[in-house]
Amino acid sequence: MTTLTHSPHAHAPISIGRVMATVMAALVPTTLYGFWLYGWPAILLWSVAMASALLGEAFILRIQGRAVRPALLDGSGALTAWLLALSLPPFAPWWIAVVGALFAVVIAKQVFGGLGQNVFNPAMAARVMLLISFPVEMTLWAAPTPLTAAQAPGFMDALAITFGGGHWDAMASASLLGHVKTEFTRGVDLTHSFTGQFALADAAWGSRTGSLGETAALLILAGGIFLIARRIVTWHAPVAMLLGVAIPALIGHAVNPARFLDVWPHLLSGGVMLGAFFIATDPVTSPNTGAGQFVFGFGCGLLTWVIRSFGGYPEGVAFAVLLMNAAAPVIDRYVKPRIYGRTRKGAALPVKGG
Amino acid sequence: MNLLSRLKLRGGVHPVGRKELSAEAPICALPLPERLFISLQQHIGAPASATVSVGDKVLKGQLIAGSQGMISAPVHAATSGRVVAVGDYPAPHPSGLPVPTITIEADGDDRWLDFDPPADPMALSPEEIATRVGAAGIVGLGGAAFPSAVKLNLSRKSGVTTLIMNGGECEPYLTCDDRLMRDHPGAVIAGILLIQRAVAAPQVLVGIEDNKPEAIAAMRAAAAGTGVQIVPVPSMYPMGSEKQLIQALTGKEIPAGGRAADIGVLVHNVGTAYAVHEALAFGRPLVRRIVTVSGGAVTVPRNLEVLIGTPAQALFDFCGGYKDVPARLVMGGPMMGQEMTNPNVPVIKGTSGVLALTNQEIGRPSPAPCIRCSTCVRACPVGLLPLEMAAHIRIGDLGAAVDLGLKDCIACGSCSYVCPAHIPLVHYFNYAKGDLSAKERAKLKQEATKKLAEARNERMDRIARDRAEAARLRAVKKAAQEAAKKAAAEAKSQATEVAA
Repeated sequence: MTTLTHSPHAHAPISIGRVMATVMAALVPTTLYGFWLYGWPAILLWSVAMASALLGEAFILRIQGRAVRPALLDGSGALTAWLLALSLPPFAPWWIAVVGALFAVVIAKQVFGGLGQNVFNPAMAARVMLLISFPVEMTLWAAPTPLTAAQAPGFMDALAITFGGGHWDAMASASLLGHVKTEFTRGVDLTHSFTGQFALADAAWGSRTGSLGETAALLILAGGIFLIARRIVTWHAPVAMLLGVAIPALIGHAVNPARFLDVWPHLLSGGVMLGAFFIATDPVTSPNTGAGQFVFGFGCGLLTWVIRSFGGYPEGVAFAVLLMNAAAPVIDRYVKPRIYGRTRKGAALPVKGG
Repeated sequence: MNLLSRLKLRGGVHPVGRKELSAEAPICALPLPERLFISLQQHIGAPASATVSVGDKVLKGQLIAGSQGMISAPVHAATSGRVVAVGDYPAPHPSGLPVPTITIEADGDDRWLDFDPPADPMALSPEEIATRVGAAGIVGLGGAAFPSAVKLNLSRKSGVTTLIMNGGECEPYLTCDDRLMRDHPGAVIAGILLIQRAVAAPQVLVGIEDNKPEAIAAMRAAAAGTGVQIVPVPSMYPMGSEKQLIQALTGKEIPAGGRAADIGVLVHNVGTAYAVHEALAFGRPLVRRIVTVSGGAVTVPRNLEVLIGTPAQALFDFCGGYKDVPARLVMGGPMMGQEMTNPNVPVIKGTSGVLALTNQEIGRPSPAPCIRCSTCVRACPVGLLPLEMAAHIRIGDLGAAVDLGLKDCIACGSCSYVCPAHIPLVHYFNYAKGDLSAKERAKLKQEATKKLAEARNERMDRIARDRAEAARLRAVKKAAQEAAKKAAAEAKSQATEVAA
């Protein structure tokens, strides 16, 4: 007869596809900047990651017997691959992107049950897997060679770099965090290793050695503010993550400047900015409440600082996020909103006479 | 105070208002329909019981069904005419199931019963006001339709410090209260003062959403010098919910499981105040109300004064019919209203609006997986975790949903409205609540059955014991008698022997 309907008989003009599209729109500035900064190899790497994720997800949906089109069109797989691509070294070989993207959508997402079911952020899980499995390829950094620069690789050079295993002179560069860590292992402290390595303006604009789309701090910040303004994400996780890095960095540097990096290099290096605004805000793998997201974000930041300062790897964002992903259900268990008419513990408010 | 209370309120959504469709249309009376279908179950509580039979002539305002039990309300004829049927007719409910209904064929005169209203209603005692409100069949006109006299009596007994009049009207599309306050502010204020007298409330606050500046101005002018305070509240759904309005105006919360009276507050709708004034000043029972007819499919949206029992279709017809194919007909607002599967269901006392919505307005994409974005958590005005509750209900774990606060859910629909995955969250919660109350009823029934069975067993045992005791007593008695007889016989024979 008629299908059963239910209130409300109206809906806000929003959908998952629209949420994902808005996040991707927010990623466009830093991505375009990355393309310009690292040229054709970056564009190729990004394209390979996107294509692999979509094909891989389509395949896995098909063998599960689930509808392929709606799942692909919601844009979640594309966004995962996009974020992964932004976190890769721009001159990495094609198979890094393929293996990473497939791991992200197939193992980290679909195996857990698909969209909304994954415990770990797929892009970060893939990045960690790649870093552990292929440490050489994942730490081959390229110095910025903007598309417009004379020494930039041309399209054919780029094909050789991405698909042919060809080498490029600029690939000898090291990231700031990698350099610092290497020097530490050689017993050189910050007062010697760090001089002249960090320029605040360059770091803010993103003209530095690093991952494909993680360097342009200001553009990432702009994208993040756009997402907060559009109410796609809240301020809690990003602000908390930046604080989680900044507060220990300030204290550490004040106590021992030769041992601990200052706050700005921490905030503007590696994946902290992208992590704060685009990874820690992943709805699926973060807590449900604003307060919970704050705790989660702060944990991400603090662990990032701890791993960078004491751990074996120069960069800690991906590890920190995965660790906090695992903690998110616990945070959700303890951080809940107070229910109307009840105390925080859930008991009914006392009845006051009159 | 306003800023502070704004900070205290949590959640809420800002649905597209669409009030401009009908807000500028002054109230006008719907022409008398041929037949009225007056439901006997228009209120929360026991249905009224018919006091007329087929063929009876009735006058407008005449009692046709009496109140039954503690929580119930009488029903009156909405026009003069003849009772043509007393039986079942489809109710304005998604099920479309019939309810007891009295059908009246209008004679066209629309003649009122002669009333003898009091010269000064304000001189009546509080008890008398409540009695008359009850006799007039007045129920909460905001939509809940709880018998008003019951609320007045309970509140008078428990004591009320603040009477709050709800002029929030936060549901999109609806403008009936807005128009009532603009067109009849004097009568509304008079009704408010009567309610205030009935419960002896020292303070009266009228909360009106700040998207109705004309209503606020009109009510302020009418309230001047009466002590009634008109307080604009932020426009936010569900501001018109009792709990949220109390919180916005007083900063207090109703304790979980309690009532507004527990914190010395009584909330009535402004439409109810108007009905109270009609009943006490003119003696007229509740037989008509203001209904907003709106929606994208309606040719000329307007606010109509409608007799209770008028089929919804007559309202749409009077508004020029449909200019677009209605994808869904709704009674009430779009956030909490119910679908009308049958356009001929009658207007009841709680009907604030009838909407004909287009496909574009209702938007019904198929549900997608939850991405745990927690937009629902931010939208929930109660502080619940809709996504977690729905996940538990989905797998049948209703107990976990209750632990998360399912019973505190006010079914306002904010979570469903904002969900980007279009998950019918409220539907899950209503299903779970229904299932739980069915289980509770079954449990109560089982307990009652068990108790009865135990009582029966005990009774049977007792009867058996009594019988056995009686039999034993009889046996003892008999034995004693026989012994006595024997003794007597022996004595006799001995005597005979002695004599011999």
